Amino acid sequence: MRDLLQATVAIVIVCGLLFVAAGQMQSKGSTGSKDTLTVFNWGEFIDTDLIKKFEQETGINVIYETFDSNEAMLTKVQQGGSAYDIAVPSEYTVESMREDNLLIPLDHTLIPNLKNINDDFLNLPFDPNNEFSIPYFWGTVGIVYNPNLIEDHLTFETWDDLWDESLKRKVFLVDGSREVIGMGLNTIGESLNVKDDKVLRQATDKLMTLSPNVKAIIGDEITPLMINNEAAVALTWAGQAADMMAENEELNYAVPEEGSNLFFDNMVIPKTSKNIEGAHKFINFMLDQENAAQNADYVGYSTPNEAAWDIMDPEVIADERFYPSHELREKLEVYENLGLTWLGKYNEYFLEFKMNLN
Amino acid sequence: MKKLSATSKAYLVFVFAVLYAPILYLIFYSFNSGGNMNNFESFTLEHYQAVFDDSRLIVILINTVIVALLSGLIATIIGTLGAIGIVSIKDKKMRNTLLSLNNVLIVSPDVVIGASFLILFTMIGVKLGFASVLVSHVAFSVPIVVLMVLPKLLEMNTSLIDAARDLGATKRDILTRVILPYISPGIFAGFFMALTYSLDDFAVTFFVTGNGFSTLSVEIYSMARAGISLTVNAISGLVFAITVLVVIGYYFINQKAKSATSEGQR
Amino acid sequence: MTSVLKLMGMKSMNSKAAKTPLIPYLFWILLFVIAPIALILYYSLLDLNGNFTLANYAKFFTPIYLKMTFSSFWYAFLITLFTLIFAYPTAYLLTKTKHKKLWLMLIIIPSWINLLLKTYAFIGIFGLYGPINALIEVFGFNPKQILFTDFSFVFVAVYIFIPFMIIPIFNSLDKMNPSLVFAARDLGASAWTTFRRVVFPLTIDGVKAGIQVTFIPALSLFMITRLIAGNQVITLGTAIEQQFLVSQNWGMGSTIAVFLIVFMALTMLVTKQNSKGGRA
Repeated sequence: MRDLLQATVAIVIVCGLLFVAAGQMQSKGSTGSKDTLTVFNWGEFIDTDLIKKFEQETGINVIYETFDSNEAMLTKVQQGGSAYDIAVPSEYTVESMREDNLLIPLDHTLIPNLKNINDDFLNLPFDPNNEFSIPYFWGTVGIVYNPNLIEDHLTFETWDDLWDESLKRKVFLVDGSREVIGMGLNTIGESLNVKDDKVLRQATDKLMTLSPNVKAIIGDEITPLMINNEAAVALTWAGQAADMMAENEELNYAVPEEGSNLFFDNMVIPKTSKNIEGAHKFINFMLDQENAAQNADYVGYSTPNEAAWDIMDPEVIADERFYPSHELREKLEVYENLGLTWLGKYNEYFLEFKMNLN
Repeated sequence: MKKLSATSKAYLVFVFAVLYAPILYLIFYSFNSGGNMNNFESFTLEHYQAVFDDSRLIVILINTVIVALLSGLIATIIGTLGAIGIVSIKDKKMRNTLLSLNNVLIVSPDVVIGASFLILFTMIGVKLGFASVLVSHVAFSVPIVVLMVLPKLLEMNTSLIDAARDLGATKRDILTRVILPYISPGIFAGFFMALTYSLDDFAVTFFVTGNGFSTLSVEIYSMARAGISLTVNAISGLVFAITVLVVIGYYFINQKAKSATSEGQR
Repeated sequence: MTSVLKLMGMKSMNSKAAKTPLIPYLFWILLFVIAPIALILYYSLLDLNGNFTLANYAKFFTPIYLKMTFSSFWYAFLITLFTLIFAYPTAYLLTKTKHKKLWLMLIIIPSWINLLLKTYAFIGIFGLYGPINALIEVFGFNPKQILFTDFSFVFVAVYIFIPFMIIPIFNSLDKMNPSLVFAARDLGASAWTTFRRVVFPLTIDGVKAGIQVTFIPALSLFMITRLIAGNQVITLGTAIEQQFLVSQNWGMGSTIAVFLIVFMALTMLVTKQNSKGGRA
């Protein structure tokens, strides 16, 4: 009994001390300002020095929270209970948030730096006239591969190269139904936003024949695995490919010519915002030429900020793999919000494909 | 006491080696200047420096520890009392119903728990943050405490309690002087397992947190897309080293104190 | 459910005072178990448009989900079996060490380090160029594919659950009266017979508790099904995660969760702690 009491008292004391310590640290860290702004972003998706700079310039105290998937973020914003002022959803989520009235329209007069964004990245179908969203980063879905580990004739100018017999158990796929089923759709020349069971069936059947080549279907851990040459080939996003290539110089990245997906992560102001003015300031700050360049440099994804291109490493901007030309981008397709019924069907087909692996 | 045979020792060494292997691997790479857990380039302390420069991360770590300790404590109290109550129920059906209900949260995937708690909290109108996270952690830790305490209660000899009652002990005395001391290994086990649950939880915390409150798990999981920074390895290494030192230190101080008192009595 | 409500409002039970410790616990059950179950049941009867339907339940009985249920049980069984095989001797030997409490703590401590981090470490350790394969090559063999196999999946799962199995077994072994063992040996019982007839029956409650805290969560394992098994193993837990987070089909996700709860209750029946009960 004495042991139990002693332990209880010790825990309470330790917690009390830690509580005081945390309070001290927090008050030291903040600017002391009551004006706060809560930013809800993917982890490691911003250069944290920029947050400090923003706090100094504006006197606004930034609270930074992170999420790991669009859908998880969406659930949080829908339920409310936390005052998010900025969120960074992908384009199809912007579309569904817009439809569900979860976004606050942007006041473009408060975002003069909008002029820095390249015209190609404005006024896109998922948000006409950028009424609710500003592109933050963008990229493609493609194939990252190690030429030293595969036969020379495989250059992935076509998706069919993935089906090559020499790639038995050498391919990683990313764990996303739209990406994988989309690849099947691309190979049979269909749209990535198709809503037709017969076509989806056809695409899934085509994918089933890829099974012998698939080593694993995985998520973000694809990056360290490819750096380490655990597999020769992987279907993944350009931003992650860039991360891999920065660490493993043997790797190369290609977007097959039949077409692929073009994605955007965008800054929006959710309905939960309590500091709409500060949110606009933040968006404008991130669009600033120097800040955008610094951020792109840190994160490694492609920025839509044309002004930033001028001051970034010219070699990076000239790299067609990550900054494909206007003509190449024409072939790429942006995801539309399929609606829950069709999204569910894509997932069912994907599940069928996964269950067929083992 | 019989000495352990060489095979026995080898087996224990093997078990410990496996249990500690991934942690040593993490710590090894926390000294890597290469910035990832793949190729060790050269030795550096920069990631440890980064820990101390990042006050946000330290606050998150402190939050994590507070939530784990407090939720563990509260869950242990509720769970222990619950287990004692369950054993005292005579109706077998009721007992089994309660035990099944007890385990619902253990079998439910985190997303389900997180989402339903989030709905629950917003329905009641609880402000999301420290309190909602603490309450949720208490909630999902209670069943493991019950399961750890239960076997100790079941093996307890009824005659012990009967004897105490015959000697005129009150209900309170029986609880604090007979039952609790006997089941205390189970109670400690429950508390430590509750700590494990709390420290590991990502999904539930993610859903029920808000207003800037975050824990280390949430932070680590959301880093996955852009790669987990070695700062996290460094902070985990530090926490690990401190924990081991505290546990070993506490153990031997306790031993010394115990032998001192027993000598004094002699 | 009515039985719990009855318990809470109970006045006429003979050992009223003994029930007071139950009050916070029952409050917890009501708020954090029964309310969520009600919510899950409600959602499981809804389709994507929020209309009442039984279609989700019908869907569960299609080959894909039945196959998944079967493989979840199979893997949970394997994981529990191997966890027990490795945990029992560990717990037994630990009780024989000099500083047994300290060693037990040292078994628990690794479980306090974040699981995702440890999983990434395992990815590195099991990798084609990781330390294990380096060792294999030292002995002159070719590197083996360890990651994304059934072996690596079961291994990491056992790693996660082993402290949960060791502790209850340790606790029940620890209090065992050693004279019982000596007596059995004196009477000429072999070591194996002593174990089977004397030691094991006395620790059965601890073993059952260990099986419960391993098998039940193993049914709903996720994350490592992707990270370590590369989605070649799909459990019911993984399917629920996907339905909630990717498809946003809470109806189907809840339906699978209902089945998981039913399976859990069945597991409890099988591993029921058949004690005398009814103490006050």
